[in-house]
Amino acid sequence: MSAVADNLRYRDSHEWCDPSSDPVICGISDHAQHELTDVVFVELPKVGRVVSAGEAICTIESVKAANDVYAPISGEVVEVNEALFNDPGLVNRDPYLAGWMFKIKAFDPAEFDKLLAADAYRTHIA
Amino acid sequence: MVPFAGWEMPVQYSSITDEHKAVREHVGVFDISHMGQFIVSGHGAEAFLNRALTNDVSKLTPGHGHYTLLLNEAGGVIDDLIAYRTSDREFYLVVNASKIDEDLAQFRSLLTDEDDVQLANASSMTGGIAVQGPKSHEVFRTLFGEAATFPPRNTIFVSFTNEGILWLCGTGYTGEEGFELFTPDSHIEHWFRKAVEAARASGGNVCGLGARDTLRLEMGYPLNGNDLSQLRSPLQAGLGFFVDLDKPAFVGRDLLVKQKTEGVPDKLVAFRMTGTAPPPRPHYPIVWKGEQVSEVASGTQSPSLGCGIGMAYLPVEAAAPGTSIEIEIRGKRFPAEVVKKPLYRRVS
Repeated sequence: MSAVADNLRYRDSHEWCDPSSDPVICGISDHAQHELTDVVFVELPKVGRVVSAGEAICTIESVKAANDVYAPISGEVVEVNEALFNDPGLVNRDPYLAGWMFKIKAFDPAEFDKLLAADAYRTHIA
Repeated sequence: MVPFAGWEMPVQYSSITDEHKAVREHVGVFDISHMGQFIVSGHGAEAFLNRALTNDVSKLTPGHGHYTLLLNEAGGVIDDLIAYRTSDREFYLVVNASKIDEDLAQFRSLLTDEDDVQLANASSMTGGIAVQGPKSHEVFRTLFGEAATFPPRNTIFVSFTNEGILWLCGTGYTGEEGFELFTPDSHIEHWFRKAVEAARASGGNVCGLGARDTLRLEMGYPLNGNDLSQLRSPLQAGLGFFVDLDKPAFVGRDLLVKQKTEGVPDKLVAFRMTGTAPPPRPHYPIVWKGEQVSEVASGTQSPSLGCGIGMAYLPVEAAAPGTSIEIEIRGKRFPAEVVKKPLYRRVS
């Protein structure tokens, strides 16, 4: 059973973001890291890049395959988790905390309402 | 699960890395029921196979097998396979699942009425497992008892048990000690479950296609479709050891003789990424001296080495170990180095 954190919002493509944070912390869900397994490389976005919600923002590589990660909300990337450069396995071990991927200065907080709440996401991956 | 040569097969049961390490450190069990088996028998079997295959089957005594190649007229590789001699007049061939039909068509096209050869395709009625790793002996003893002889490398033993006929082979695709077992598919589940249970008791695990790929690539073993094709010869693929140019004529020999004297245009080499980089994957462009010269044939992240590894056909000028190349990944170039095969050697 994959863990779903109650305080986060989710895209159906398995990215999460924390609506209580500013800038908004984003990552991929426990379900996603489980599906990928063995994350060996995370290609993080450039700080300063402006993205729209749903845009492919970076690539996460497992032994199995390369996978796109999509921006859960629109805004400017203001920080990336540089610890992933040396230890990409953080995404597997701690997807909701130490394995966060990037922070976005959100343009429109109303976009959170378009994302799935924890219960809806649980149903989505069930 | 992924579609694979008409089968649905798991890329991983748990994790490619864990399954890979199970084989290197303990033992792993693979379902290889998808692979093809042909039985070639009759007075003319030896001469026929020597016409069709690159290696010299007349050198095989009963109970022994070797790696060999089936070529087209132009010297390109149709398939790579293991040919085992089960008796004076009978051979057991294990071929790639995706090439069964092409192999059969090629063999049939070379058969004439005068040959006294029977060619049977047992693929759809045969299942198989591969047990690989330093503790494969423990699994073998659990399956067959303390007194049973573990199949030595490159041997075959046809055994009869209450669970049906078995072809027991001292072969594998991982670089580890191990054995492969083929049996009619009605009984393969019995052997698979028993082997998986025994492997787990020895600290091992069941392994999928993903680990099969990372393990074989660390050894520099080619995969047909990625590293072998009808457009390139076994000499280009670095498989000259399995080609016998001294035996009587065989299909594709002319090109090989020509390449032997004039040289090959390119060679299949192994490479490894030299810095932090995403894993190389098939079809990524390869750059040498600023120019794209090739693309990745096989590539992955090596669980044993912790870096990206792969194989590619490079111009001979760029094929020497130590040559610096670059792999282009999503528009960015990452440094890599041509290295000797195998990429991984057991630390003993």
